[in-house]
Amino acid sequence: MSDLPNVSHTPGKPAPWNDPKIRALVFQALLIGVVVTFGLYLINNTLHNMEQRGISTGFGFLDNTAGFGVTQSLIEYDETYTYGRTFFVGLLNTLLVAVLGIISATLLGFVMGVARLSRNWLIARIATVYIEIFRNIPLLLQIFFWYFAVGLNLPRPKQSFALGETIFLNNRGLFIPRPITEDGFGLVIGAFVVAIIAVIVIARWAHRRQDATGQPFHTVWVSLALLVGLPGLAFLAAGAPLTWEMPELRGFNFRGGLSVLPELFSLTLALAVYTGTFIAETVRAGIQSVSHGQTEAARALGLREAPMLQLIIIPQAMRVIIPPLTSQYLNVVKNSSLAAAIGYPDLVAVFAGTTLNQTGPAVEIIAMTMAVYLTFSLSISLLMNWYNAKMMLRER
Amino acid sequence: MKKRLLVSALPALALSVALGTAQAGETLDAVKGKGFVQCGVSTGLPGFSVADDKGNWAGLDVDVCRAVAAAIFGDASKVKYSPLNAKERFTALQSSEIDMLSRNTTWTLTRDSNLGLNFAGVNYYDGQGFMVSKNLGVKSALELDGASVCIQAGTTTELNLADYFRANSMKYEPITYDSSDETVKGFEAGRCDVLTSDQSQLYALRIKLSKPGSAIVLPEVISKEPLGPVVRQGDDEWFNIVRWSLFAMINAEELGVSSANVDKMKSSKDPGIRRLLGLEGIKGQGLKLSDDWAYNIVKQVGNYSEAFERNVGQGSRLKISRGLNALWNNGGIQYAPPIR
Repeated sequence: MSDLPNVSHTPGKPAPWNDPKIRALVFQALLIGVVVTFGLYLINNTLHNMEQRGISTGFGFLDNTAGFGVTQSLIEYDETYTYGRTFFVGLLNTLLVAVLGIISATLLGFVMGVARLSRNWLIARIATVYIEIFRNIPLLLQIFFWYFAVGLNLPRPKQSFALGETIFLNNRGLFIPRPITEDGFGLVIGAFVVAIIAVIVIARWAHRRQDATGQPFHTVWVSLALLVGLPGLAFLAAGAPLTWEMPELRGFNFRGGLSVLPELFSLTLALAVYTGTFIAETVRAGIQSVSHGQTEAARALGLREAPMLQLIIIPQAMRVIIPPLTSQYLNVVKNSSLAAAIGYPDLVAVFAGTTLNQTGPAVEIIAMTMAVYLTFSLSISLLMNWYNAKMMLRER
Repeated sequence: MKKRLLVSALPALALSVALGTAQAGETLDAVKGKGFVQCGVSTGLPGFSVADDKGNWAGLDVDVCRAVAAAIFGDASKVKYSPLNAKERFTALQSSEIDMLSRNTTWTLTRDSNLGLNFAGVNYYDGQGFMVSKNLGVKSALELDGASVCIQAGTTTELNLADYFRANSMKYEPITYDSSDETVKGFEAGRCDVLTSDQSQLYALRIKLSKPGSAIVLPEVISKEPLGPVVRQGDDEWFNIVRWSLFAMINAEELGVSSANVDKMKSSKDPGIRRLLGLEGIKGQGLKLSDDWAYNIVKQVGNYSEAFERNVGQGSRLKISRGLNALWNNGGIQYAPPIR
């Protein structure tokens, strides 16, 4: 460069059409304009055509009486409620199966992921067989299997498996006694809350003490004692303010008590078993990503297996595990919409199914349903991103 | 993997993009242009629309599609079938995926007024009933308090069921499946005590049970279910063709014209028959069809009685009696306006 003639380049502004910044802005504005126009055109076109075809539009239908029954509802619902209510009934049922699915898939996945790395030949092989079988069969088939081959082949109500005349299992579901609280149960709940607060305080104190003096504290055992003991004492002090409503065979079915539908059971199980395989592989990958030097260093420090895993390996593995784990959680939420196939009343079955068919506004209902899944998924993403940030390597 | 969501979302998207404007004559022109009628049918309901192992469709609903093809092309085989489940059927019709829907569909106010559709007539008068396992010992639907009930999603049966149990202050547990096959499986496995559907379907579904004799259909009929072909609103010309193809079959039965004797009937002196066969009177011009449109229907598909007996009546496995579906002058309510 040095042999170029020494011309003074005044860094004068280039012409606007040559300025990369302005160009970038213009192109972005153009793109947004095109996308928005196209979107508006689609909406307009749809509204116009639906009007011309005499298809009614709008959300007015949500206020009409639904008039159909739903097997399982977490909120009060019967035929006299509105279509708007069926939306929430379905939404909560979806949420229930998603939460149960995520929790059980995570437990199963972590256990199986660690088991696959076990030095015990049998345990490692069992984990491998589990993963390779259930990862490679389509989820819908697995749902059908757990439902039609397992759930519905349980005995009929009159021949139920019974555990001491209190718990019954048959192909209509699992029936357990329903706790009914009486006056004074508030004391027990209060004691439980106090116990939780105490546990948090103790954990913090123990952590600080260990940081300062290096002395560990038996936080786990003390916490357990507090969580069980305090409410237990309160329960006795208040004079056992709890009775049980027993399930009872009357007519065709069991009545009373709490019941878990075979549809819910099968769907949760299928989601957990299927997603568990992917989580197991993620966990295995995460653990193997931690360099062997870390293990050797931990051994050199004299740590035993358990604290080594807990303090050295897992925290480092989590950084690799969390991002793919997030997508598995998203999959559970989305896959739960397969519920309709076995008659579990989730959002898609109740709202995008029956309600849509009774009322007809397809665009509105599908849009609402998609918005729900989007919201669920984005919330999980946000939560997991927060957790990921928290677990990230802190550079000091 | 979110297949269910996708299945429901796609028609909605297709709807938002593909809705053209419905104008009179558009459907007929399109059908003539492509050379066949695209007809929406069920995914398999014995007697109404069911495909055999070679993929040939047959049934009472299928015969309506074939009658329309015979009227337009003079060839009843120029039909292509789209098997649809209860949830998909209206969207498929609204978005012009199919030209007509003939799929045991109940005519109701909501469907007629809110969906942009028109019902062209009634080819089967049905009513909702209950099927129970014989060994339950139930003799009447009023003994069903507390029962679990299997239903197929997306049908009027869900509402009728709720109404009936509410009116009789009984409790029930609805198990709503997506397709009729799963509904039958759930019933057979004992997930529910009762299967409810239109009575004609109950007889059809009973055949699908591994032991058809183990279930009985209860005598109660809890609703009116007029089933008929459906077309898009706004194309009156096409509406007329579908409606009168059905009427031609009913009129043919009334006049005693069948596929066997239709050629001989051409020399009949009865003016009613001569008008039906396009030998005098208005013929096909009002419908923009050839003069022998009704002749082709009767010749190739048969009259209503033939279609009924062949598919659901004594000539079939269902053995349903004519009942309400007998002609008006024969104790039933099947009635068609005159061809004149």
